[in-house]
Amino acid sequence: MEGDIAQLGQFIGAGLAGIGSGAAAIGVGHVAGNFLAGALRNPSAAGGQTATLFIGIAFAEALGIFSFLIALLLMFAV
Amino acid sequence: MATEAHGEETGGLVFHPLDQFIVKPLFGGEGPIHWYTITNVTLWLALAVLAIIALFIFGTRGRAVVPSRSQSVAEVLYGFTYKMVEDVAGKDAVKFFPYIFTLFMFILVSNYLGLLPMSFATTSHIAVTAVLALAVFLTVTIVGFVKNGVGFLSLFWVSSAPLVLRPILAIIELISYFVRPVSHSIRLGGNIMAGHAVMKVFAGFAAIAAVSPIAVLSITAIYGLEMLVAGVQAYVFTILTVVYLKDALHPAH
Repeated sequence: MEGDIAQLGQFIGAGLAGIGSGAAAIGVGHVAGNFLAGALRNPSAAGGQTATLFIGIAFAEALGIFSFLIALLLMFAV
Repeated sequence: MATEAHGEETGGLVFHPLDQFIVKPLFGGEGPIHWYTITNVTLWLALAVLAIIALFIFGTRGRAVVPSRSQSVAEVLYGFTYKMVEDVAGKDAVKFFPYIFTLFMFILVSNYLGLLPMSFATTSHIAVTAVLALAVFLTVTIVGFVKNGVGFLSLFWVSSAPLVLRPILAIIELISYFVRPVSHSIRLGGNIMAGHAVMKVFAGFAAIAAVSPIAVLSITAIYGLEMLVAGVQAYVFTILTVVYLKDALHPAH
């Protein structure tokens, strides 16, 4: 058992940042699921909205990537 | 990031999953890296550019009515991007099409070259994606002010909101405007870096005999996912560029 309390906090923080990935997964699932629900009601309008779908997914996913980045920063840069 | 391979202290992994992103000079061993040093990043960036040039020169040289395989690839990519610019940002954005098409092709080809075994994923570095995103940010801001003058600031003044809320919304819009290059670059860099790191983690598990069949199958599956991610992220980066450009050309809410 080595290391100090700062390292402990670093590892715990990196682990907690992993929650962000799960939250981003929920967000992406919401976007895609709601798109599918709408697309099945009105399939003819779905084709024109794929760009919006990808933009929504990208915005939701970026925040998950931020949490991954914070985990990396805690592990390697602090 | 540490330069030496941390073998023992990471608990059984033969290599560190982030070792693949280390920038090394190509010639002359481990020397200091200056701005003119030719590194593995330089090599793979140059290869991406050369691959694009080769595709478009050799692909479209025949100008055949019935296209060859490389000509159809070039035509499909061109048509896809052109339609995207036209649909999202309107007819007057078409004069920015060469820039957007360059961005799209560069990111797409860099992503796919990074997926080759033993290659270097250039777009996984924030330094590369940040330059692309900052260029987009500056272009969009300059175009916005040149096209609309001070009227570009109406982007931040949401005229459909109640008057009391408008100053607060203006602050939020301003912050979100300046966060754009950050999220734009980290989205691409982070996605590619995360995908490649996950592949390396599973490659580390492949050294353990008991789980190696599962690990190898997982790498195959994740590689397939990364093929999708590489294309989708190039598309997302481009379409966000087009959306920002649309904001600059038509700032009124």
